[in-house]
Amino acid sequence: MKTISMCLMMCLATGVVRADWLQFRGPNATAVSKEAKVPGDDLKISWSADLPGRGLSAPIVVGDRVFVTCSSGPGQETLHVFCFNAADGSKRWERAMRTTGRTMTHNKTCVAANTPCSDGDRVFALFSSNDLFAFDLDGNLLWLRGLTFDYPNASNSLGMSQSPVVMDGTLVVQSENDSESFVAGLDVATGRNKWKLERPKAANWTSATLRKNAVALQSSKGILAVEPATGKTVWDYSDGASTIPSSVGAGETLYAVSHGITALAPEKGAVTQLWRNEKLNPGTASPLVLGDSIYVVNGAGVLIKASVKNGDEAWKLRMKGPFSGSPVAAGKRIYIVNERGIFQVIDPEVPEGKVLKEIELKETVLTTPAISGGAVYVRSDAKLWKLQ
Amino acid sequence: MKSSLVCLLALAAVSLQAAEDLSKPIEALRAVGKEGQGNEAAGKAWQEIVKADAATLPEVLKGMNGANPLAENWLRAAVGVIADEALKAKKLPVPALVTFLKDTHNSPGARVVAFDLIHRADEKLAEELTPTLLEDPSSDLRRHPVAKLIAAGDAALEKKDKDAAIVAYGKGLGGARDEDQIKVLAKKLRALDQKVDLPKHFGFLMSWKMIAPFSNADRAGFDTVYPPEKELKFDAGYEGKTKEAKWVDFTSADEYGKIDFNKPFGMEKSVVGYAATDFFSTEDRPAEIRIGCKNGWKVWLNGELLFARDEYHRGAKLDQYKLPCQLKKGKNTILVKCCQNEQTEQWTVEWEFQLRVCDATGTAILAAK
Repeated sequence: MKTISMCLMMCLATGVVRADWLQFRGPNATAVSKEAKVPGDDLKISWSADLPGRGLSAPIVVGDRVFVTCSSGPGQETLHVFCFNAADGSKRWERAMRTTGRTMTHNKTCVAANTPCSDGDRVFALFSSNDLFAFDLDGNLLWLRGLTFDYPNASNSLGMSQSPVVMDGTLVVQSENDSESFVAGLDVATGRNKWKLERPKAANWTSATLRKNAVALQSSKGILAVEPATGKTVWDYSDGASTIPSSVGAGETLYAVSHGITALAPEKGAVTQLWRNEKLNPGTASPLVLGDSIYVVNGAGVLIKASVKNGDEAWKLRMKGPFSGSPVAAGKRIYIVNERGIFQVIDPEVPEGKVLKEIELKETVLTTPAISGGAVYVRSDAKLWKLQ
Repeated sequence: MKSSLVCLLALAAVSLQAAEDLSKPIEALRAVGKEGQGNEAAGKAWQEIVKADAATLPEVLKGMNGANPLAENWLRAAVGVIADEALKAKKLPVPALVTFLKDTHNSPGARVVAFDLIHRADEKLAEELTPTLLEDPSSDLRRHPVAKLIAAGDAALEKKDKDAAIVAYGKGLGGARDEDQIKVLAKKLRALDQKVDLPKHFGFLMSWKMIAPFSNADRAGFDTVYPPEKELKFDAGYEGKTKEAKWVDFTSADEYGKIDFNKPFGMEKSVVGYAATDFFSTEDRPAEIRIGCKNGWKVWLNGELLFARDEYHRGAKLDQYKLPCQLKKGKNTILVKCCQNEQTEQWTVEWEFQLRVCDATGTAILAAK
């Protein structure tokens, strides 16, 4: 009894200390923080750290450490992985490597476009060049892969941005493009393939969503959910989906970015369509679900609130856009940064929604924030900020 | 004297010990291969290497010589960890790194790392070394002296010394291998009424025989073996998609060497074209064929397929794809297959490629005739 109490206390303590945001759009790629401690409204810049290169990748947070990637050099051949102390922004370590794959991208994006992910013990950093590195939290290199070195036609001349996810000891990495398109499940300990599947030969910039015991892979063909350990199909939705904004799950439902938003109930191999609203049309940003509403940012920078029950629209709020990054949420607030670096705090509960606060970061921001420990982390091509 | 000798011998022994100790772990890193092969052993070996003394840095860097790019990254990361500690303790072996840098038998990638470390430890020394890198085998290292020459030319112009500016820019262009610097220098030299031959500088192949239009309906033409893949008979005609496919002569007037199929054959869609040329090499030698193309393409050298790429209209740039190859002395035949797809948007009009022959540094290899 005493031992159990101790364990419980330790778990509780761990829960308080380990405020994790482990991948693109945080817990289960939902973009919603589960922590009790929320950033709130009155945010200020707590610290900023200089970065030596470009990046559309979002920061991730593991305990008291913030990880972020960059690419630098005339052809963006130098790949950086940084670890900062969340408390004060001081650098714990930096590793610099060199691309082994192609570095060509559209000017708006860059080689450090994929958000890294973590299983809590390791950090997995993937880049558009298909270079993949696994570090422990102290910066020890555990393994590496050059996925274009392995599969020479796996690249996209516009750049790639699919962020990896990790589940049940498997790192799921997508490299979906017009030529050698695939998804692979890698052993987190060794980086070796557990499985590899061909994917539709079409450029794809979406990232996977974590579902109950499955990883949902989105493409122009639809959404394929696979077992992370084996790559075996769990369910398959084949009515097409977007190749830029990613879908989001909440509870048993997956809100697919497909013909606007299509709510899906995948169950035992079958997928039931619950509703579809073609007017809920995300631009670049991925949607999120907060409470009983889904929020979509359309191509005009308008935030649309709709019911998760039937997709009916509640209101529209014009924000200061345009947006490349996606919104995130904690408590009763939504946070988003536009391309001009205006960070916006939104109260979605008042009628018509309201922008409560704006912070001018004065730099171009094309990425999605991270939330951890009551703070929001945002990065640009030159800086990483902590807002608290 | 005796005690000094003992100390020296002890130091040498320690140094030798360190070198011996690292040979196996370095070999483990060099043994990594495709699909994660060797990762487990490399992970353990890496832990050993990063604990080594800073004096071992040249040895670890030397491990990059002849290593594959994955092994280079393992070693690069290890060097970074050792060097970070050494820089903090002010124990970076700068003279040994300078020696390593100056030995151009060492791999370009390792020498770039060595130069960066020298720069971090002693910026002034790195500045002094910079002019010696203008003809370096590493295009990365060349960037530093070229940047200095651009600045020197600009400074001369500020002082109205046009002749000095021309000399600086000209010298810079001679050493420049990266497109961004070459573009800047060409513009500056032309503004000073100097002639710049960019096709020659880059080594673009400008004159080709071309044939089209074969069908690429449903993009199936990419894998269809049309007659030019079996025989190069420049007086032959073949059944084409909309008309007879015949060989024509084409010489590009574009200074970035664009070979544009739309010019001789019109703006066709869902078609395949071929371009062939002979490149005369003065010797048997390794080389790179570098191609930029936003259409589906294949390249053969002397009948051997070097690479095939079925991506359409995602963008093109100089040196987009680097294809290592072996030239033979005398005539080498290069055949390019260039596939246009069915898209009709304005940005999908291009049906073209640019191709140059150069060494691994990007230095043009000019044809013997």
